[in-house]
Amino acid sequence: MARVIGAVVVDKEACKGCSLCVEACPQDVLALHMEVNSKGYHYSYMKDPDACIGCSNCGVVCPDTCITVYRVKAS
Amino acid sequence: MELKEAIKPGKMNLQEILKPENLVYGKSEVLNDDVMHYCPGCSHGVVHKILAELIDEMGIQEKTVGVAPVGCAVFAYNYIDIDWQEAAHGRAPAVATGIARLNPENFVFTYQGDGDLASIGSAEIMHACNRGENILVIFINNGIYGMTGGQMAPTTLEGMVTATTPYGRNVDLNGYPMKITNLIAQLPGTSYVTRQAVHTPASVRKCKRSIKKAIQNVLDKKGTSFVEVVSTCNSGWKMTPVDANKWMEENMIPYYPLGDLKDSVKGEHSDN
Repeated sequence: MARVIGAVVVDKEACKGCSLCVEACPQDVLALHMEVNSKGYHYSYMKDPDACIGCSNCGVVCPDTCITVYRVKAS
Repeated sequence: MELKEAIKPGKMNLQEILKPENLVYGKSEVLNDDVMHYCPGCSHGVVHKILAELIDEMGIQEKTVGVAPVGCAVFAYNYIDIDWQEAAHGRAPAVATGIARLNPENFVFTYQGDGDLASIGSAEIMHACNRGENILVIFINNGIYGMTGGQMAPTTLEGMVTATTPYGRNVDLNGYPMKITNLIAQLPGTSYVTRQAVHTPASVRKCKRSIKKAIQNVLDKKGTSFVEVVSTCNSGWKMTPVDANKWMEENMIPYYPLGDLKDSVKGEHSDN
């Protein structure tokens, strides 16, 4: 079975740290960072990048459209 | 062993994954780069995104006109790159009627909150829907006046604490929460009336399909399409975004059940 490798890129400055993506992630990949962006929000980041399957659930629920999702099939 | 190492996800270089051909989800080009003024976790952002994606996918950016009245979404023109017209509080359906009648080739939609549509604009929305104007109405129902500081709206649930009902909404004093969408579904001018939510990935995708159908109905001149989106106002409800979604699921959705209320053509009555 081909495995799927995903990756998400979060626009740190646009993220408001609402953590809806953290809740939506089925693989528990995302978390809020200890650091804050220039507005003082704890932005979302990939805590466990290896587990990402590129399902794009995080991007779909993000109200600020700051998540871009990529996916490749590992052969 | 080597093969296993090769297919282990972490072994793939991140730069190899982040290529344009591997993109599965990104920002629509119809959305501007401005950072939205909405509070963190606000449902408005998701609905804006759905609209922008659909306008992009359906190729109607050049002929779309949005009408935004008073409410948090008054600044929607900053975020979605289409033509916009501001309307007085609650009067968006009347303004949209004028635009749609004068420019029948355009796709016209209004984007209204519950304080706007269900309260001060209740006359305009009823009559626009009754006339069956070819417009799409997006109705954001979060049960509160978000922009002005969390006062009671007509859709506020019984017992819900707001700035103007500090002891909870008392139905003897304040009346009952209005199911506007059910009223709209009775009107023969409407073609597609539905109630959706955007609190989970599945519901966002479902809502997108509904809005796509509603846009197509308007383009096909089938009458008014009305999409209610049961939303959260975590600032007004004094909750975190995640708690607000849970609260909405437990309290709002039982009172405002999701699903299609009417799916026919203009001139037909609904059974609901």
